[in-house]
Amino acid sequence: MISKRIIPCLDVRDGKLTKGVKFEGNIDIGDPVEVAREYYEQGADEIVFYDITASSEQRDIMIDVVRRVAETIFIPFSVGGGIRNLEDMRKVIGAGAEKVSVNSAAVVEPAIISQGARAFGSQCVVLGMDVKKVDVCSQTPSGYEIVIEGGRKFTGIDALWWAKEAENLGAGEICLNSIDADGMQDGYELDLTALISENVHIPVIASGGAGKPGHLADVLTKGKADAALIASMVHYRTYTIREIKTYLRAQGIQTRMLW
Amino acid sequence: MTVSEGFEDMIAIINYNAGNITSVARALHSIGQEFVITDDTKMLDSATHVIFPGVGAAGEAMAYLRQKKLHAWLKTCFQTGKPILGICLGTQIILDHSEENDTDCIGLVAGSTRRFPDLLKDDGRVLKIPHMGWNSVEFKRPHPVFAGVPKEAEFYFVHSYYPSPEDEAAVLGITDYGMSFCSVIAVKNLVAMQFHPEKSGRPGLQILKNFCTWRGNDF
Repeated sequence: MISKRIIPCLDVRDGKLTKGVKFEGNIDIGDPVEVAREYYEQGADEIVFYDITASSEQRDIMIDVVRRVAETIFIPFSVGGGIRNLEDMRKVIGAGAEKVSVNSAAVVEPAIISQGARAFGSQCVVLGMDVKKVDVCSQTPSGYEIVIEGGRKFTGIDALWWAKEAENLGAGEICLNSIDADGMQDGYELDLTALISENVHIPVIASGGAGKPGHLADVLTKGKADAALIASMVHYRTYTIREIKTYLRAQGIQTRMLW
Repeated sequence: MTVSEGFEDMIAIINYNAGNITSVARALHSIGQEFVITDDTKMLDSATHVIFPGVGAAGEAMAYLRQKKLHAWLKTCFQTGKPILGICLGTQIILDHSEENDTDCIGLVAGSTRRFPDLLKDDGRVLKIPHMGWNSVEFKRPHPVFAGVPKEAEFYFVHSYYPSPEDEAAVLGITDYGMSFCSVIAVKNLVAMQFHPEKSGRPGLQILKNFCTWRGNDF
C-alpha cells in the first residue's frame, strides 16, 4: 500500500537556505543543495523548495540551485515561490524539478493552473494554499480564507472553494499551509487539513506547525493528509527524518523505511 | 546485432519528447554510466542497451513515435534480443492498446493499459488518483535487473493508468493500490516498470545499474 510521505521544506533566499517564523525574521541556515542531499540520505520522500528571493535577477540563482539539486538527489522535488507564468514553470521543470507549485499567482490568474497542467501534466502542478482561520460568513463559509503575499493580504476567497476549484482546473496536488500554525511548532491545523483532504480527490500535503513526531502522526491520521511537510524540527536537528519515520511506523502509519 | 562480452556498452535513451528523459540521464550520470539520447534509428541500432522512458499522454507519445518510425524500430529491436528498459509511459505503450486517448500502441507485449477505476478504497477510505507516491513491489520471481534490490524497497509512482498484460507469465512484479496491478513486466530481453527508478533513491539507481550490465538473458 502507498506510504505516507514525509517532505522537508527548504526556504531559499538568494541561493541560501533560510528559516523564518510566521514569514518574518528569516535567518540563513545553510546551503540548500547540501541540506537536500542530507535529507535525501536520511530518507526524505520528496523535498519542497520555496524561493523567497525578492528580486527577479536573483531568481536565476534559484534555477542554478534547482539544477544542482537535480544532479544530487534522486527523489522527486518541487519548487515554488515567485512562479508567475508558464515560462517560470518551464524554467523550473527544465532545470530538473518534478513539480512546480503556484500560490499567489494562481489566485490572481487561475488559468495558470490549467495552462501548467496542459503543458506538463497535472502531476507537475501543485497548488500552494496559504490559509488563515476566519469567522464563518457568507464569503468564507468554511471558516478559512486564502491569504497571499506571504500571509499579508486577505483575498476574501474561501479556502475550501478554492481547493475544489484548483482541482477542477487541473492541479495534481495541494500543499496546504496554515498561516496560524506556521513556525509555531505546536501541531498542524487538523480540522483544516481534514476538511480539505476529504473534499478533494487529489493528494493533500499538510504544512505548518510540525514540532514533534506526534504532530505528524496526528495530521496523517486525524487530519487525513497524504503527506506532511516539516521544516524547523529537522533544520535545527531536533529530529532526523529516520527518527520521525521510525516513530510513525510504531504508530502503525505506513512509511518508507528503506532507501 | 548480437551483444557479446568485450564490446563496449552503449546505452541509448530513446528521445521522443517524453518529459523525464533528462532525469533518467542525470540518474545514469550519477552512477557513472555513459549514454546517448537520440531518436535516430541508426544510432539506436548501434546501442547495446535501450531505455524507453516517458511521462505524458499515450496518444501524443504514439503519434510522435509513429512519425519517427520508432514504434516499428522498437518491435524489430525486441526481436534482436537487445536489452530494453521501459519506464512509466514507456511501459504502458509497449502493450497493444491504452485506454488513455483510446490509443493503439506498440504491441511488444499482448495486453492493454487501463485506467484505475474510480472509488478504489483502502480501509473504507476512497483512494486518490493519480496513484502518486512511494509503494512496494511484490516480485514473482528473481530477475537480474532487480538483483540486490531489497524486498522492502519502495519505488516512486505517479500514474492514473496501469499496464495489464494478457499473459500472467509477463508479470514480474505486482503492487497494491486498493487493487493489485502489474507494476513490472518482464518478457525475455524486455523489462518494463510503471514506477520511476530514476526517482526512487538508491534502490532505483541499483535497478538502472543492473540494467546497464544486463545482457538480456537469465530472465
